[in-house]
Amino acid sequence: MATLSRDEVARVAALARIDLSPTELDRLAGELEVIVQSVTRVSEVATPDVPATSHPLPLSNVFRADVPVAPLDRDEVLAGAPAALDGKFLVPQILGEEA
Amino acid sequence: MSDTLVDYDEAVRRYDPVIGLEVHVELGTVTKMFDGAEQSFGDEPNTQITPVSLGLPGALPVVNGTAVEYAVRIGLALGCSIAPSCRFARKHYFYPDLTKNFQTSQYDEPIAADGHVDIELADGTPFTVAIERAHMEEDAGKNTHVGGQGGRIHGATYSLVDYNRAGVPLVEIVTRPIVGAGALAPEVARAYVQTLRDMFRALGVSEARMERGNVRADVNVSLRPTPDAPLGTRTETKNVNSFRSIERAVRYEISRQAAILDAGGTIVQETRHWHEDRGITSAGRVKSDAEDYRYMPEPDLVPIVCDPAWIEQIRLSLPELPAARRRRLTDEWGYAEPEMRDVVNAGALDLIEATVAAGASPAAARKWWMGELARTAKTQEVDLGDLPITPEQIGALQRLVDAGRLTDKLARQVLEGVLAGEGDPEQVLVARGLEVVSDDGPLLEAIDAALAAQPDVAAKVRGGNLGPVGAIIGAVMKATRGQADAARVRELVLERVQA
Repeated sequence: MATLSRDEVARVAALARIDLSPTELDRLAGELEVIVQSVTRVSEVATPDVPATSHPLPLSNVFRADVPVAPLDRDEVLAGAPAALDGKFLVPQILGEEA
Repeated sequence: MSDTLVDYDEAVRRYDPVIGLEVHVELGTVTKMFDGAEQSFGDEPNTQITPVSLGLPGALPVVNGTAVEYAVRIGLALGCSIAPSCRFARKHYFYPDLTKNFQTSQYDEPIAADGHVDIELADGTPFTVAIERAHMEEDAGKNTHVGGQGGRIHGATYSLVDYNRAGVPLVEIVTRPIVGAGALAPEVARAYVQTLRDMFRALGVSEARMERGNVRADVNVSLRPTPDAPLGTRTETKNVNSFRSIERAVRYEISRQAAILDAGGTIVQETRHWHEDRGITSAGRVKSDAEDYRYMPEPDLVPIVCDPAWIEQIRLSLPELPAARRRRLTDEWGYAEPEMRDVVNAGALDLIEATVAAGASPAAARKWWMGELARTAKTQEVDLGDLPITPEQIGALQRLVDAGRLTDKLARQVLEGVLAGEGDPEQVLVARGLEVVSDDGPLLEAIDAALAAQPDVAAKVRGGNLGPVGAIIGAVMKATRGQADAARVRELVLERVQA
């Protein structure tokens, strides 16, 4: 029986860069618990002879030929950028990591 | 702050180093891994972008079939087994080098696993590196950090991102822990990556240009007190991008970690950065939560199923790999092992092969490239292959020698002319008037003159004392400015005195 602790919810939230208040943590721990329970029930039904799938369609090997397509115009590319400079996306300073 | 270091020899006496390498190679496909934007190097920023490159909502990736074929080629060349079926996974992290907040990679189902690479150290020592896996993934965009001290990241006020490289197909090759190298660990690391680079080129899957970042290595190092102790805590030095740096980074980490352990400290499992200019590593982020990438199967891509017949077809089409080629050429050319090693280390293998194809004997081709030309390259501080002379020209030069039209000495003068841009060997020979005097007439004239000029010597030789004949030959060579074949001159002198 899987249970989801408040700490685990806090950790997952931190990994996803979601800032949650203590009240939200309490509420979500309860709500997520219901989801986890439901998934657990599905897992109980799945026997080893049922292969894991990552896709609902029985497809494999969907490939593209190595042929170029026209790229987007750069103005279009940068249209969605919060800020741009010299044709590049301008992002806030990056801390704690070097490229 | 600088690290305390233990002298390298001392460090490897006290500890057994274990290394591991993750090598990323950019595949030389025309387009990206999951979309039709062209791969570009040096293009204007953000000009090779599609909605998929940017991960825009609704944009769907489709796998580049050629990239999969290249990955299989690499897997087979590494002696790996190719997975009958494999999938892509999302590796989540927050960093603006990809817009999606995840990198499309492979996790628990890599396309290739369990192989090995045979390498050779500079002195010929063989070593086998076991390969754990090779998987496909996409490259990330390029960040430029602006502001702050010297553009380093701390103190940067903002960063600029170019996504042209985002989505370029990569294959990442991961070794098993490399044990047993001892003090040679840095050299093994270097030779391994060099071997892979040569392999990528031979396979035609990448230009594998280190200076363009086509091949990048992450270097793991740990120390343990003895070879039978459990593995120590490792550090991972990221993005070491030249052969020399790979060797230096391993050495540095061994010396640094030994100092910490000597002082009774513990190694922190962390990512480290390599500083080419100072030859040191520095601490990056500590591996903790950041390592939790929350992998999940990529729902936008379907599995890849490699038909065994297709794998066999690729296996049969694999070109001869560098190591096999070296062995074959060593036999064919009759070189001794150390000779061949020198040739390979000098980067002369292709040049000699082309020279032999142009008609020179393997021995003559080696003599030119490893002798006169190697010296010239060294003096001019350029690579052999960058000298302004082609293997075809060397082949032509040697054919002139073989035909008796040039002596070795004259051939060197012709070579000089070719290197000076005076044209092909034949042109230089004519222009400089260097051809061997093969007509006996002028030689006989010179011989008669020499005999007349040195009557004492002439008398001795006529009397059957062949000792001083060299003096006559020397005089003839001088008179013909070295353009006579000394052996022929000797024959003629003897004929003359016996007549």
